[in-house]
Amino acid sequence: MSAAGAYGRKAASTFRLPSSNRVLIYFCALFIACWSVGPFLWQTSTSLQLDKQLVGGTPKLLPDPITFTHYVNIFVAKSFHRYIFNSVIVSGMTTFLCLLFGSVAAFALARLDIRGRFGILGFILAVSMFPQIAVVAPLYVLASQFGWLDTYRVLITVYLALGLPLVIWVLFGYFRTIPRTIDEAARIDGAKPLTIFFRITIPMSLPGVVTTGLLCFIAAWNEFMFALAFTSDFNHQTVPVGIANFTDLHYIPWGDIAAASVVVTLPLVVLVLIFERHIIAGLTGGAVKE
Amino acid sequence: MAIAKTLSHEADLRPPHFSFRFRRPGPVLLLFPALAAIVAVSLYPLILGLWLSFRNTTLASPEDAFIGVANYQQLLTDGQFWNAWVHTIEFTTASTMLETAIGLLMALVLTERFVGRGMVRAAMLVPWAIPTVVSSKMFGWLFDGQNGAVNYLLRSIGVIQHNVNWYGSPDLALPTIVIADVWKTTPFMALLLLAGLQTIPHSLSEAAMIDGANPWQRFWHVRLPLLAPTLLIAAMFRALDAFRIFDLVYVLTGGGPADSTEVLSTLTYKNLFSALQFGYGSALSTAMFITEILIAVGFGIFLLRKMREVGQ
Repeated sequence: MSAAGAYGRKAASTFRLPSSNRVLIYFCALFIACWSVGPFLWQTSTSLQLDKQLVGGTPKLLPDPITFTHYVNIFVAKSFHRYIFNSVIVSGMTTFLCLLFGSVAAFALARLDIRGRFGILGFILAVSMFPQIAVVAPLYVLASQFGWLDTYRVLITVYLALGLPLVIWVLFGYFRTIPRTIDEAARIDGAKPLTIFFRITIPMSLPGVVTTGLLCFIAAWNEFMFALAFTSDFNHQTVPVGIANFTDLHYIPWGDIAAASVVVTLPLVVLVLIFERHIIAGLTGGAVKE
Repeated sequence: MAIAKTLSHEADLRPPHFSFRFRRPGPVLLLFPALAAIVAVSLYPLILGLWLSFRNTTLASPEDAFIGVANYQQLLTDGQFWNAWVHTIEFTTASTMLETAIGLLMALVLTERFVGRGMVRAAMLVPWAIPTVVSSKMFGWLFDGQNGAVNYLLRSIGVIQHNVNWYGSPDLALPTIVIADVWKTTPFMALLLLAGLQTIPHSLSEAAMIDGANPWQRFWHVRLPLLAPTLLIAAMFRALDAFRIFDLVYVLTGGGPADSTEVLSTLTYKNLFSALQFGYGSALSTAMFITEILIAVGFGIFLLRKMREVGQ
């Protein structure tokens, strides 16, 4: 079996790709990479150029001279740090609660004796398919009755419920890959389910937990519609709402917008590049299996 | 005490596939917070929305009464609704088809082994991670009618003579939005399809190659049929998601110019939060929901039929 596999792999690498095809593959790969990061790099370059160069008629690929006026502008004139602060609180709390509630729920579904667990999982999946615009009006009514408009808690609660299905499904998948014999050994040693959860299940699926947390954070950080509907003062508005409202009276401040884009996207890009392998596994694991 | 010990001892002797029970705090208690949040924020409001769609609730006046199906009757004769409906279907069809096709091409490139493949895969996550509001502004700047880089590039290679006002013209605005969406979503689609392609055993392609199949035949007769279920499921999720498009349109054009990019989500949002028509707006969102279910059912039937064909 392994000999055949080794032979097959060797055969594949020796006569699968003629050199003309190799050139084509590299060309395509280069194209995909440029297509993916090109617009963001252009945005970065824009954020470092002077306004008069941006409207000069001939766009320059690289900023010359490099200027940080746009970055100064967004923080000094537009108080962009307030939006960032709001977003950090909302996304951070969302991630924490999603992981807390989602992981115990996934643990219960994957490990404990629950009748109709696939019914519950199916229900959770079905709920996550609802178009969000269908719940924004009723939630607005409820939030105003509770006096929750313009608060962090309304956004955190909504994002929590929107994030939980993904968290539960991905973690359910991870938890099921841990051999049951380990649980049973711990149980024979007298461990209670919650001890097993905190001392065995969570540490053993840490990559999965970190990835899911990251997905939750990105989803909450990027969400726009609910934030737009439920917050109207800038003390609670998140970054996407802030950027969407970035317009001056007479012209569109492309340089400032570009600077804000870079500030809010760079941390995400760095995180994503670090956790690339785990994210892809986490995102595609559930989607591809039938 | 002794009895309890005997009982628990007995429990230990059950066959190992039996998962263990415990009564305090109870597994249901662990599920409760998550399920409560989902029911309170997704299921209950959905029902409340359905209820609102039969009322004439507005936030601008104290009006709030049951009016039966009047909202839905109004909907059927509402030109704006059908206008938005058509745009949404056009957008969904165009973006899903382009993203599936280009995503498949990208996935086929990435299944090959080459130096730097990991880096390309990482780069492909960048569009996915960028907030949609940011990518909308990015494309707003790229396709800007006066100083946009796209206009400059097309002018320098001689495709166009004068600057084109991409999202300021009713004919070009929707295609421009499709381009922005394709940029943002295709790489993710490609990664999904790549994961699907990697589950197909290499030995099958190799066997076909030994039988003399050329690359095109190996793709068309071996890999594509095996990938079809993944392809269809991915396309379905993409279509359902594309149908809800909101951020991109709201930020890039706001539905304009002359309503040429108005889609169902933006129309609903405007009815809700600009006109404050909560009753009528809820009828709109319910109509959207029903269309989504139809799309899902359509894909589902198609998928089942395909699977049965493959099975026989």
